Amino acid sequence: MTATIPSAAGGAAARVHTSPAADPLDGPLAALAAAPWAAPGGAAAWPATPAPGSISIRAVSCFYGSHLAVADVSLEIPGRAVTAFIGPSGCGKSTLLRSINRMHEFIPGARAHGTIELDGVDLNAKGVDPVAVRSKIGMVFQKPNPFPAMSIRDNVLAGLIIRGERPPRAAADDLVEKSLRRAHLWEEVKDRLKKPGDSLSGGQQQRLCIARAVAVEPHVVLMDEPCSALDPISTLAIEELMRDLARDYTVVVVTHNMAQANRISDVTAFFSLAKAGQPGRLVESGPTADLFTAPQVAATRDYIEGRFG
Amino acid sequence: MAPVLAAPKPALPPTGDTPGGGGAGERAFSWGVRSAAIAVAAILVGVLAFLTIRGGPSMFAGAGDLPARATSFFQLAGPLAFGSLWVAAIALAFATLPAVGVALAATVYAPSPRFGRFLGAVLDLLAAVPSVVFGLWGLMVLAPLMTPVYGWLHDHLAFLPFFSGEPSVTGRTALTAGMVVGVMILPIMAAICRESFALTPPALMEAATALGATRWEMVRTAVLPTARSGIVAGGMLALGRALGETMAVAMVLSATPFLISFNVISPENPATIAAFIASAFPESAGRQVDALIGLGLVLFAISLLASIAGRRVARKAVAR
Repeated sequence: MTATIPSAAGGAAARVHTSPAADPLDGPLAALAAAPWAAPGGAAAWPATPAPGSISIRAVSCFYGSHLAVADVSLEIPGRAVTAFIGPSGCGKSTLLRSINRMHEFIPGARAHGTIELDGVDLNAKGVDPVAVRSKIGMVFQKPNPFPAMSIRDNVLAGLIIRGERPPRAAADDLVEKSLRRAHLWEEVKDRLKKPGDSLSGGQQQRLCIARAVAVEPHVVLMDEPCSALDPISTLAIEELMRDLARDYTVVVVTHNMAQANRISDVTAFFSLAKAGQPGRLVESGPTADLFTAPQVAATRDYIEGRFG
Repeated sequence: MAPVLAAPKPALPPTGDTPGGGGAGERAFSWGVRSAAIAVAAILVGVLAFLTIRGGPSMFAGAGDLPARATSFFQLAGPLAFGSLWVAAIALAFATLPAVGVALAATVYAPSPRFGRFLGAVLDLLAAVPSVVFGLWGLMVLAPLMTPVYGWLHDHLAFLPFFSGEPSVTGRTALTAGMVVGVMILPIMAAICRESFALTPPALMEAATALGATRWEMVRTAVLPTARSGIVAGGMLALGRALGETMAVAMVLSATPFLISFNVISPENPATIAAFIASAFPESAGRQVDALIGLGLVLFAISLLASIAGRRVARKAVAR
């Protein structure tokens, strides 16, 4: 098993740095970011200027108790691009994704060894608060999970409400509109922001969750099979959105849908496991176009051609 | 026949018009289940009938026919109803936060599932302590322990109506009684809170955590709003239990009839209905006993209202 570190992150970047500050709302939002309530504890650990948000995974192994779920993964995730994790069920791609923003600590007995860096900052170093890590690395889940007791508006502001922050009304309105526009949801919900978050359709709920994730201005958005509970039309909307998000954020998406990975990602990492119960490993990674047309490893070729046994 | 077949099947066949097609065992089981259901309703109707027939007329009884030399039924019942609600309110005030806290500790804050189960077992043990034991504990341990505290409260907070007037030297006050009842209703409240916390969708807890919430912020955003109705329902059921608590209150509370007072540290305290019935019963005869039964009817009505309110809130929670 060889792990090919992508050497062509530049190729990915060429596709994404195309429209800087096209949005007129960038101004107010930048002012928001400078407001004291917009800077959660620990933010000082990261550069204040918009960072490229590149992630470096080095020799990471994930355990559930004594069970080794993911073995020795090293992978460079380029900033402001879409990276897709693909592979069969149980290969540990979701586990690895969760260890990036330390959500695996939610599961009793789960732990990760190795180094994960965001823009050179070791996320697991002593003194780094997982809460601060999660406010820099947002997450969108398989099943849309808006807060049912909150309105659509409050769901977008949830990241601030959670921390007990009360931004000025006008600033909050701007943030709500900006985030919903980013999530391609504004036009559909602008007249019913007071309605409960779970009154939307599944696809709209998922975009609301994306708006909620980007409202806290993370550097990275992790997506754990974000379309697997959605119909094809909603899926298409989310796919377009993911491409769009990569202009401002690093997007890492776990997907079972090979065609989707091919459509939306700049870099693809293929994970697999020898057999059930064995740890998942990174088989191959590289620019998506290369990986899908000229895979270096036989297992990758078999999998993307649907011949995986 | 066709439209009948096309109709959606009910989850369970209605028991009334389907014979079930079983043998003697099936019929015996069906009969047993039905008679148990009927018996419960019959007992409730019977108790209500007894209370109304024996106790109802005493509501119009005059002096001589009432215990504690009362001149009218409502002169007796009003302050007692107040006392019951007052002690129950103090109990709820003391029990709510610890109950929610213990329930959180047993669910979201538990370092391991084993710890959660251990805490649950401790609560069940607390629920198994007999009422009379709590009474003894309140009388002999808590009351003397609280006496200096009451002195302090009076010295520093006498401007509040709760702590004005000379404090009790025995500690057998409404506050002590409320605390004892609070400890008694803690297990039932904690158990209901624990169940509603455990029902929080993990997806919501993940959503809050992934937004950078600390544990407490996650609880406040994801757990408490979903469990709010459960907490209220638990409080209502606990209130029902607190209203009916007899033995511990009768032992701890130094009660004065006809008294309505918000002072919680005084040597003179409003009596509660249940404790009053228990203590007045041995000295009562004839019409006076009927008046006590009438008081029972009043308590039954209050508890019923609390229970209906609790059920309504709980049903709302399920519907959501």
